Amino acid sequence: MISTVYRLTAPGMIEAACQELDLTCGQVLLRPRYLSVCKADQRYYQGNRSPEVLLEKLPMALVHECCAEVIRDPSGQFQPGDMVIPCPNLPSEQDEFVAENYLPSSAFRSSGHDGFLQEYLLSAQDRLVLAPTHARPEVSSFIELVSVAAHAIDRFERIAHARRNRLAVWGDGNFGYITALLLRAIYPQAEITVLGAVHEKLAYFSFAHRRVHVDHIPFAKHYFDHAFECVGGRGSGCAINQMIDFCAPEATLSLLGVSEQPVEVNTRLVLEKGLRLFGSSRSGVKDFARAVRLCNEHPWVAQALERLVAEVVPVRTIADIHTAFRHDMQQSFGKTVMCFDA
Amino acid sequence: MNIAAIFAAGIGSRMGSSSMPKQYLQLGSKPILVHTAEKFWAHPQVDCVVVLTPRAWLDFTQDTLNQHLPPGHGITVIEGGDTRNGTLRNLLAWVENTHGAGEHILLTHDAVRPFVTHRIISENIAAVQQHGACDTVIPATDTIVRSDDNTFITEIPPREKLYQGQTPQSFWCAKMRELMDSLSPEEELTLTDACKIFALRGEPVALVQGEVHNIKITYPYDLKVAHALLGIEETP
Repeated sequence: MISTVYRLTAPGMIEAACQELDLTCGQVLLRPRYLSVCKADQRYYQGNRSPEVLLEKLPMALVHECCAEVIRDPSGQFQPGDMVIPCPNLPSEQDEFVAENYLPSSAFRSSGHDGFLQEYLLSAQDRLVLAPTHARPEVSSFIELVSVAAHAIDRFERIAHARRNRLAVWGDGNFGYITALLLRAIYPQAEITVLGAVHEKLAYFSFAHRRVHVDHIPFAKHYFDHAFECVGGRGSGCAINQMIDFCAPEATLSLLGVSEQPVEVNTRLVLEKGLRLFGSSRSGVKDFARAVRLCNEHPWVAQALERLVAEVVPVRTIADIHTAFRHDMQQSFGKTVMCFDA
Repeated sequence: MNIAAIFAAGIGSRMGSSSMPKQYLQLGSKPILVHTAEKFWAHPQVDCVVVLTPRAWLDFTQDTLNQHLPPGHGITVIEGGDTRNGTLRNLLAWVENTHGAGEHILLTHDAVRPFVTHRIISENIAAVQQHGACDTVIPATDTIVRSDDNTFITEIPPREKLYQGQTPQSFWCAKMRELMDSLSPEEELTLTDACKIFALRGEPVALVQGEVHNIKITYPYDLKVAHALLGIEETP
């Protein structure tokens, strides 16, 4: 079958291309229905990547956060009409020690491999997870982002010592919101503090015990048992060094924000306190399953995620895709979701 | 019931030296007709797909579909007519015999338009439910010139009111039957497509937005364009 792929050919330019899908290959035929715009997509769309990277990756269909409808599954594992979350990570091998999302051989949709801006696509059954039972599909569209937070927390659980009474999240954006939300659900006894630079954005974090502006941190040094950095970009350095200042000895610092530039870190204090710093990126299928499980087990989590839906843009044509990206540029907080019907 | 009818009854005389009807020519890994049928077969709102072909190509078409689609695909192949209207009459008769005279939406589509999209199919169904009939079109980009004597310009109609017709063309089956039965032989001779029957009788036909790439593969040039759209080389 011929399926239309909507590829970014140059910053700000999207063109329809066509590709053949082999319906006899045994994979699940999917139709992407709700797609969420991510900052990584915006960086490509706006041309905020190096010319070398753009030259290497484009043309490419954007978007790696998606909720799709099952059209046909020859294996019978999924039923027509099932809403599923496709994992954008596409591993080609397994490794005993390295997770699928860190294998250099893995492909990733909307980063060198076509993303979900496609009319139809085929997926292996083991790359799919059923969408949360009670969440709206707009929320399901960004379960991938939730799974990235779930992955980071999973790694944190294996690395950090067991005193987890005071947890901090640096970052008042979408990912900080999701990470703090999952920590609240997974560690109900812990005190969750969110630190950010914008009061209006911090106001959204109603589930956190404390919301603190980074210019006026009222805590003593060594206050937090562990901390998560969800800032990224130019604010990364400040956030990481504040985390080093305010975390207790032997704390674990999770670095999750993407920075295009190298960051200076106060290594003297890292050494002095014996801190553990680890990085986390993307996620694998088991993290998707945990993200969905958290939504199913804690309906208030799905509700809180719904508050992240800032705008839903119906998409029938390429012009509508541009509209969605332009709207998203103007959002200071929340997710832009495309209701995709092209 | 929503029934997709793929019109593959032409012999493709404009495809140059090829003796194979154009709908069976290879596009990428499979014949054009298979690509087209798959698109309707995969659409969740389409309940049934029927392909209308010349009598001599009935078995060939069924074999071709069986070869390329998953087992149990359920696509039916029936005989078309000598003309487009003849094919339409055969289709209406088949629908009544097979599915009864209930309320069926018919989506009629050229076999040689394999780039039809999910959205176009969905919007055809919605437009019939809302308006009774629809035609898939794109705005005309070239200036259209009318000449009554094939020598001098009679009229240059305003382009903003002109569209290029594509397919699907869709309508209620029973309404089409009623309109066709009302046609005189002279009127029937003037009809080149299904929507014209509705227009002739003053019935509303809604416009559904097509796609520039929903091209009809008529000439060898079109086949080259189709391969280019797929980003692949044409097989010599």
